[in-house]
Amino acid sequence: MRRSRIAAVFLIFLLVLCALPLWAQSSPPPASPDSSALAARISGLQQQVADARSAGDNAWMLVSAALVLMMTGPGLALFYAGLVRKKNVLATMMQSFALMAVITVVWALVGYSLCFHSGNPFLGGLGYSFLHGVGPAPNPDYAATIPQQTFMIYQLMFAIITPGLITGSIAERARFSALMLFMIFWSLLVYSPMAHMVWGAGGLLNISGGRFPTLDFAGGTVVHITSGVSALIAALYLGKRVGYPKQPMPPHSVVLSFIGACLLWVGWFGFNAGSALAAGSLATSAFVATHFAAASAAIGWALAEWIRNGKPSVLGAISGAVAGLVAITPASGFVGPMSALAIGFIAGVGCYLMVATVKARFGYDDSLDAFGVHGAGGTIGALLTGVFATRAVNPVFHDAAGNALPVGLLDGNSSQILNQLVGVAIAWILAIVGSLVILKIADLLLGLRVTEEEEVEGLDLSQHGEEGYNLETQ
Amino acid sequence: MIKIEAIIQTSRFDSVKDALKEAGIEGMTVTDVRGLGRQKGHTEVYRGREYSMDLLPRTKLELVVPDRLVDTAVEAILKSARSGKIGDGKIFLSKVDQVIRIRNEERGEGAL
Repeated sequence: MRRSRIAAVFLIFLLVLCALPLWAQSSPPPASPDSSALAARISGLQQQVADARSAGDNAWMLVSAALVLMMTGPGLALFYAGLVRKKNVLATMMQSFALMAVITVVWALVGYSLCFHSGNPFLGGLGYSFLHGVGPAPNPDYAATIPQQTFMIYQLMFAIITPGLITGSIAERARFSALMLFMIFWSLLVYSPMAHMVWGAGGLLNISGGRFPTLDFAGGTVVHITSGVSALIAALYLGKRVGYPKQPMPPHSVVLSFIGACLLWVGWFGFNAGSALAAGSLATSAFVATHFAAASAAIGWALAEWIRNGKPSVLGAISGAVAGLVAITPASGFVGPMSALAIGFIAGVGCYLMVATVKARFGYDDSLDAFGVHGAGGTIGALLTGVFATRAVNPVFHDAAGNALPVGLLDGNSSQILNQLVGVAIAWILAIVGSLVILKIADLLLGLRVTEEEEVEGLDLSQHGEEGYNLETQ
Repeated sequence: MIKIEAIIQTSRFDSVKDALKEAGIEGMTVTDVRGLGRQKGHTEVYRGREYSMDLLPRTKLELVVPDRLVDTAVEAILKSARSGKIGDGKIFLSKVDQVIRIRNEERGEGAL
């Protein structure tokens, strides 16, 4: 009796459960949709789409930031360390590594603000000092889909490698303390204004709204011309190494340089493709252009050397790749793959001639060819960007109706090359004047050059009290 | 007792060592050395700059043998180290007055 009653209740419960969907279906739809609920649902979906896009972009930008840091350490550190004599291997690596630490602190205090806070056309304001207000919210002036903090840490990696490049021209003879002082001032007085002018909101050379819109996708003027030209000035200021050019100073390990150059090549994908500041098709285009330019430049340099010296050297091939990467940097987000091949080849041959003939003729001691590769390659790249940039890749200029306007010379815009020249000229002048002043200050305060005895002993021992290779100790 | 110092092409070292072993001589001291001789050095080019490398790498063997084994040892080295080109190296012979084994202060040929 009791059991059958429980079974009946259970059966009724089941029937009701099965009938529920029918009842729900048969219930009449609401006469008019609740519009506010619908709007809330749509905005919720929009938010989810934006979040998904932001997640993708942010992932790529964080990876890119890490790749660009890898370019300095160990990339540049190994590339340069292999080219010096073995008594200076550690000091050379330390010059790159120390910047990873020192420039980071400078950046956090005021460097980022001077580059990217809206100030005047020449220099950013102090509003982001101590990274005040730089948090998870995007800054639509630069990148609307990633946290401003991501943009900040990504740009920091550029601020680190740029002064690192300078160390190549004054290798084997700079005093560590004075060099660090020089780098701090240089970062604030040369790098920050140039970065603000080209990339900062309201900057003089800014591509959207600047007085002389200069195409510089990833730092041809900001990174390579400023560092390369400053490197030349620093090499001239410090003078030649003891014994140069009579005493032979061949690279002590092209093997180290080879590893460094390959790391630079890979890291450069973060440098250039990351400069799209998003993970979309523009990043892909810049990635492709970067790779193609490196390849054709390696061939260009090696071929020129093969013809002139009878042998294609390993150092030539890797130096060519770096020269091509330098030259494609400003162009990477504006040109197609075939233009990238052309830019790379021109830079590979051009930088080889700079290093092999121009340097020898003038007799300056640009020890590791920071000017020959970055100054010359950066200038070649910045000017060729004005030639090869095309709206098919990146429609940066629009008319009032929103139609894309031609970008570079071959695209039909003959005036862009003039803007590129203005950008190049400003970068050169800023680097020359700024470096001279800062070199003088650092020299007066701490003495930029080590003593002759310290130089002969080697910077590893005299500056750091260590040796790179203690292979004979047990 | 005679000390034999032979400066040879580094690439010939293994065959020289084997030849000496066949001749019954096992002890020797070997160093990597660099030096100048009649053979001119070579040039290396780094980024368009030529460097002439006149100090060339060689291997130096030092061994002290009893007088009766000197000719065999020299013959073994000559045969195994020779390529016929300039730069094959040289052999120097000199008299050795005394040999002392550090472990037990044994002296003379028995200590070799």
